[in-house]
Amino acid sequence: MRAKFFLIISFCIIFSISSIVETRELSIQQLEERKKADLERKKAREKRGKKNFQKKISITTDVVFISKEREVPPVLSNLDPILEDEGFYGVKLAIEDNLTTGRFLGHDYKAEFHRVLLDEDIGIEFKKLMKKGKKFFVVDFNHNELLSLMKIPGIEEVLIFNTRAKSDSLRNEECRKNFFHIAPSYSILSDALTQYLVKKKWKKWFLVTGPKKNDRLYADALKKSAKKFNIKIKDQKTWDFTSDLRRTAGKEVPIFTKTSNYDVLVVADEAGEFGEYLAYRTWDPRPVVGTQGLKPNSWHRTHEQWGATQMQNRFRRESGRWMTEVDYHSWTAVRAIGESITRTNSNNVRDVQEYMLGDKFGLGAYKGVKVSFRSWNGQLRQPVLLAAPRSMVSVSPQDGYIHPVSELDTLGKDRPESSCKF
Amino acid sequence: MKIIFILLFYSFFNFNFVKANLAYITNEKDNTVSVIDIKKKKVIKTVKVGQRPRGIIMSNDGKLVLICASDDDRVEVRDAETLKLKYHLPSGPDPELFILSPENDILYIANEDDAMVTVVDMNDKMIIDDIPVGVEPEGMGLTNNGKVLVNTSETTNMAHFINTDTLEITENVLVDARPRVAMFTPDNKEVWVSAEIGGTVKVISPSNHEVTHTIGFEIPGVNEESIQPVGVRHTDDGKYTFVALGPANRIAVIDQKTKKVIKYLLVGQRVWQLAFTPDQKTLLSTNGVSNDVSIINVDKLKVEKSVKVGRFPWGVVISPN
Repeated sequence: MRAKFFLIISFCIIFSISSIVETRELSIQQLEERKKADLERKKAREKRGKKNFQKKISITTDVVFISKEREVPPVLSNLDPILEDEGFYGVKLAIEDNLTTGRFLGHDYKAEFHRVLLDEDIGIEFKKLMKKGKKFFVVDFNHNELLSLMKIPGIEEVLIFNTRAKSDSLRNEECRKNFFHIAPSYSILSDALTQYLVKKKWKKWFLVTGPKKNDRLYADALKKSAKKFNIKIKDQKTWDFTSDLRRTAGKEVPIFTKTSNYDVLVVADEAGEFGEYLAYRTWDPRPVVGTQGLKPNSWHRTHEQWGATQMQNRFRRESGRWMTEVDYHSWTAVRAIGESITRTNSNNVRDVQEYMLGDKFGLGAYKGVKVSFRSWNGQLRQPVLLAAPRSMVSVSPQDGYIHPVSELDTLGKDRPESSCKF
Repeated sequence: MKIIFILLFYSFFNFNFVKANLAYITNEKDNTVSVIDIKKKKVIKTVKVGQRPRGIIMSNDGKLVLICASDDDRVEVRDAETLKLKYHLPSGPDPELFILSPENDILYIANEDDAMVTVVDMNDKMIIDDIPVGVEPEGMGLTNNGKVLVNTSETTNMAHFINTDTLEITENVLVDARPRVAMFTPDNKEVWVSAEIGGTVKVISPSNHEVTHTIGFEIPGVNEESIQPVGVRHTDDGKYTFVALGPANRIAVIDQKTKKVIKYLLVGQRVWQLAFTPDQKTLLSTNGVSNDVSIINVDKLKVEKSVKVGRFPWGVVISPN
């Protein structure tokens, strides 16, 4: 077989005891101690010889997580490790959560993990999995890779959960009824940030856009948000320095940012190639927001409200690192599948899809309010965390942005604005 | 001369033995317990306790106060009068809420991060068993005779019915998202389960484990997402049920028989747990974000006063005598 599976792990119905963790973040050493205590407790329980409650299995669901190997771009920061396992632990924890519920209902869940290598074709690998009868796919693909999936014949018979691509077009003109978007769109993120800036009355922007396509998409969303919330973009520039500015940023950035009067510098640099250079180096003393500085996120390491600490610690204990947005999206996708199967008592693709898009669906996802899907485009509606590297600053939607259906729909494209037609 | 002496003595005697009801409030972020004199509507004492105190209960005789010190992974047992620590009970990791058997000999503890209900013998002060339940167990409800325990799991979204003789699960009932509290009605014919994220209260019949009612809430001017039911208390006369609605900053008053909402009482911010005085004429609520406790007159269905306590008041218990 041409495809090399970098990991295939199946979870059986064996109930694995979830972690012992605390509210406060634990050090790796403490996490290890916890693991040990956990095992001892498990042994003591086995000694007592009692069996777990277990209903006969009536439904077994296979979930496939699939990612693509990519060439690693040079990074600006030497601080963050390059992760090759994003998504994996999110799926693993969610499968454990699903199994706990499933144990009481007779529902079994299994997960498979695949990675499409650089020289392999997504379409061919995907077809192989579909041939095997897999129905639920959690995918870590970019915009173009998702578009190529849409061309596979019979793709409408499976459900796809997008954990990475944020392009608005995927949720609008290119939308599909069986493609669910867990990742927030650029417009959701930009609206979330803009609502906060309006609240702060920082309504004069200087917009700096990176050279890449994603940067432009983000900047487009920011411009639309600016229009929506009556923000003035005083100046905009494209960052096109090609050299590594690690040693010279102090000279270049002040000149680059010398412009008409603005309140806040808004940067769109998805890949993190220059955004970090801007803060503290601007000509005028101004805060930096956008992809660096104060950033809108679906998940962040500083998030601790609404039970999030429990999730952060469980994740760290399992993986030894912090949970990323893709990890969180993967967790949410698998939990959404589990929640729908639990409620409908069926793992038929159509039943699950209808339930997810319906009004009854609601999932607790450590965000204070339930998350659910927009019935018109399959986008997860969710609060957005506005975070600085070491502090949670605010959570959008901001107070006062009201909506007849859900305040979460004040973020991104609402039903009347959406061009998606199922 | 003689008469005066006798009178003085008498009043002294009386003063010493009329005990006012005291409410004990755990302040989650302060690691303290505030003691409120309910008659005076005042905090009379604040005491340092273990880390992240949440669930709080008292023994039947009113002599002991039990506190879940969640971050210390143990239960503190304190003298109700002095609030001095008497001893610790083992609890398993991250105890959040718990309940005592009617005879006060067994303590059932929900371990939030461990997906367990830990069973502790109060006399031997040791763990006798643990029961694997759903993820993030919290709510604990017990029948009057102590035979049936209901535990809710916040992430699994279930009410687990546990037989306390065998300490095994007999049935699991799906409820709405993030169930927080399970409370049997005084006649034990119903158990009410609040779902924080689902925004509902489900009424389950313990005899056939079926959901008989789903109670929803609608408050003009308050968006649906901030209606998050948590604390549930029934009056013994079968008249009212009070449900705390979290960030909706209100307590719903429900007709226990018809399950219809009669009234919403505006209290402090993010109201979670509730407790009655023994005569059930007064209800207290903990308001986590506004850092206060609301005192409610049950007959008049009116909020009488709010009393400032520590940071993030979580649990509340009122002395039985």
